[in-house]
Amino acid sequence: MKIGGVFTVVVVLAFATAPPSLAATAYVSNEKDNTISVVDVAARKVTRTVKVGQRPRGIMLSKDSRQLYICTSDDDHIEVFDLETLEMTHTLPSGPDPELMALGATGRLLYVANEDDNLVTVVDTVDRRVVEEIPVGVEPEGMGVSPDGKWLVNTSETTNMAHFVNLATNKVEANVLVDGRPRAAQFTPDGKQVWVSSEIGGTISVIDAQNHEVLQKVTFEIPGLRREAIQPVGLRITADGKRVFVALGPAARIAIIDAESYEVEKYLLVGQRVWNLALTPDERYAVTTNGVSNDVSIIDIDRLKVIKSLKVGRMPWGVAIGP
Amino acid sequence: MSVACRTALLCSVSLAVSMLISPVSAEQTNVVTISIGYLTQAGDRHVPLSILEPHPEDAGIQGARLAIKDNQTTGQFTGQRFLLDEAVVPADGDVAAAFREMVNDGTRLIIVDLPAEQLLAVADLPEATESLLFNIGARDDRLRNNQCRENVLHTSPSRAMLADALAQYLAWKRWREIFLVVGKNPADRAYAQAVKRAVKHFGLEIVSEKEWTFEATSRRSDSGHVTAQQEVPSFTQGADFDVLIVADEGDEFGEYLSYRTHLPRPVAGTHGLTPTAWHRVNEAWGSTQVQRRFHKLSGRWMNAEDYAAWVAVRSIGEAATRTASGDVAQVAAFIGSADFRLAAFKGVPVSFRAWNGQLRQPVLIVAPRILVSVSPQRGFLHQFSTLDTLGYDSPESTCRLGH
Repeated sequence: MKIGGVFTVVVVLAFATAPPSLAATAYVSNEKDNTISVVDVAARKVTRTVKVGQRPRGIMLSKDSRQLYICTSDDDHIEVFDLETLEMTHTLPSGPDPELMALGATGRLLYVANEDDNLVTVVDTVDRRVVEEIPVGVEPEGMGVSPDGKWLVNTSETTNMAHFVNLATNKVEANVLVDGRPRAAQFTPDGKQVWVSSEIGGTISVIDAQNHEVLQKVTFEIPGLRREAIQPVGLRITADGKRVFVALGPAARIAIIDAESYEVEKYLLVGQRVWNLALTPDERYAVTTNGVSNDVSIIDIDRLKVIKSLKVGRMPWGVAIGP
Repeated sequence: MSVACRTALLCSVSLAVSMLISPVSAEQTNVVTISIGYLTQAGDRHVPLSILEPHPEDAGIQGARLAIKDNQTTGQFTGQRFLLDEAVVPADGDVAAAFREMVNDGTRLIIVDLPAEQLLAVADLPEATESLLFNIGARDDRLRNNQCRENVLHTSPSRAMLADALAQYLAWKRWREIFLVVGKNPADRAYAQAVKRAVKHFGLEIVSEKEWTFEATSRRSDSGHVTAQQEVPSFTQGADFDVLIVADEGDEFGEYLSYRTHLPRPVAGTHGLTPTAWHRVNEAWGSTQVQRRFHKLSGRWMNAEDYAAWVAVRSIGEAATRTASGDVAQVAAFIGSADFRLAAFKGVPVSFRAWNGQLRQPVLIVAPRILVSVSPQRGFLHQFSTLDTLGYDSPESTCRLGH
C-alpha cells in the first residue's frame, strides 16, 4: 500500500500547486555498472535498468527525442538507443574515450569531446561517420552549441580554457582563460552568454559570447564547508534564461543561481558527489546524479525542495530527460 | 649547447604541437618563450629486490616532458612557448657548473632532482638568488624546516607527509599498535623518524622497534626465498602488534616481510601498503587521462618522481598563463599567492604552503595493484586546509618563509 500512498500525495500536490505535469522520463548513466537506469520522474520510480557498453558517461537525447546517445567511454564509441524499445540500434564512431557531446542546430552533426586526444570529433549521425577532428586544448570536456548553431564552446580541463569554435569553418577563433579544470559549458537561450563551470577553481565564469570577455565570476559559499569541497560540475540554464542550476560535486549540494544578479538563490542538499543534473521539459523537476551515494535526487523546482532520493546503479554520472 | 633544447626528442615534440594548432589571434605574433631547466645527476641506482619494478633511468624527467607538452598546448592559445632545458650531469661531473651554465643561458626556473646536500649547495650558489628551484626528489624533512630556502619549492612530499598519511589511515582503521622495522641506511632512519612523529601525532603506539641487520642478499640467488622464510618469522617474534611498518627506502629487504611475519599481520611503510604521491593505480579524478598521456610519451607508467616533476612544470605553466609572463619574480609571486590553485588529478586543488614552500597535496595509500585509500582521512580536521594535517604545519615548522 506504500506505493498507493505516495501516488495520492503526488496527485494532491500536483493539483494544489500547478497544472498536472507532463510525463517525463530520466535516463541515468551508471558509470560503474555499465547500465542506464530509466526513471519515471512523476512516479518517482526506476522503471527499467538497461545494459549498455563500458563506462557510460555523457548521455543525451536526439533533437526529436526518439533516440538516446550514450558515450560509452571505454568502448571508444557512442551507442544509439531507440527510446520506444530501449534497444541499441547502432553505434557511432566517436574517436577515443568520448565523454561529453553536443548536437548541432539541425541535430544531424554531433560534436564529441575526446579526453585522450585533445580533439573535438565531428560525427555525422545520418551517415554514421567522422567528418572532422578539431584540435583543442588538453583534456577536452564540456560542450555547448549556440542557439543559432553557429558556435561551439568546448572546455579543456588541463588547459583551463573555453575554446570558441566557428562551426562554419570548424576552426577555433577565440580562447578564454577560466578557472581550474573547466567542466560544463552552456549558452544562454538568447545566445549572448556562455556559462562555464570550473571544478577545481570552484567558480562559474560567465563569458560574453560576442567579445569573449569574462563578464562575471560566480562564487559559492556554504557555511561549514571548505572552499576546496565546493566543485561546480554540471550546469543547466532554464528556457527563459533566468535561472541556472549547478551541481557542486563533493559539496553534496546543488546551487540555484539568479542569472540576472549572479547571486545564489538557494543551495539544496542532495546526494554525495553530485556530478550532473537535468531539468524536465516542463521545468517542474530537476534530477541530479549523485555518484558516491549511488542515487538520484528529484527536486521540485516550484518549491525548491528535494522530494525524493532514488537508488539507481553504481556511480550515476550523466542524466538526460525526455518526455 | 642551445638553450632551446638539449635533447632532440623535446625539440620534435614542441614542433609537432606548434604545427597542430596555429596561433589564432593577432596578439600572438609576439610569442614569449619560457625556458624551464631540469637538473639531475647520473648515479648508481640501487637495484630493487623485485625484478618486476626496475627503477626507470628517466624517472622525473619524463614527467617534466609531459608537463611541457601540456603547457605548450595551452601556450599555442596564449602566445607562450615552453621549452625544457635538460641537463644530466655525469656521476663524476660538476653540478654547480651545470647549474651556472643554465642560469647564464637565461633559464631561471629550474626543476632539481638531486639529494638534499646537493640541492642545498646549488640553492646557495650566488647565481641561484634570482632563480626559483623546484625540488622533486629530496623528501628530507629538514628541507621543510631549519634547512629551508627562500628560492626552493618542494613538489615532492616530505617523509613527514607520507608517514602522516599512512598513520591517519591506520588510525582510521584503529590499527594502533605498530612494530617498526628499520634498515641500516640513513634514509631508512629518516623514514623511521617520520613514522615515529606520525605515530605520536595520530595516537598510535610503537610496541617494538628493530633494526634489520641481515646483509642485503642478491635477489637472484637460488633459493633466496628459503633464507627469507627462515629469517623473517624469528625476526618478527615477540610482542603482539597490529601492523608492521617497514622503513627500507633502498628497497633492500622490505619485500621479504609480507606473508612471512611470525603473526599474521599486514606490512606497511616503504613496502606493502604504501603512502605515495603518485602511482599507476590512481584512476580517480580524471587521472586516467594523464596516466595514458604519460604512457604514450614514455612507454612506461608514471611514478611519484614523474608526478612531482609534472606538478612543478605545470605550476610554472599555470603561473605563466595566468600572469601572461615568464618572469621569475612574477611566476614566484603568483605561485605563492592565494590565487594559485592547480588541478593535479587528486580531486582538490594543490597549492604551496607559505611557511616552507611545500606543495600541499593529498597522498595516495596504495597496495601494489590497487588504490586502497587517499589521505587526509575523514575526521582529521584543520583550521584552514585539511591537507595541512599532512606534514609540518605552520606552527610546527621551524622554517619561516615569505613564499
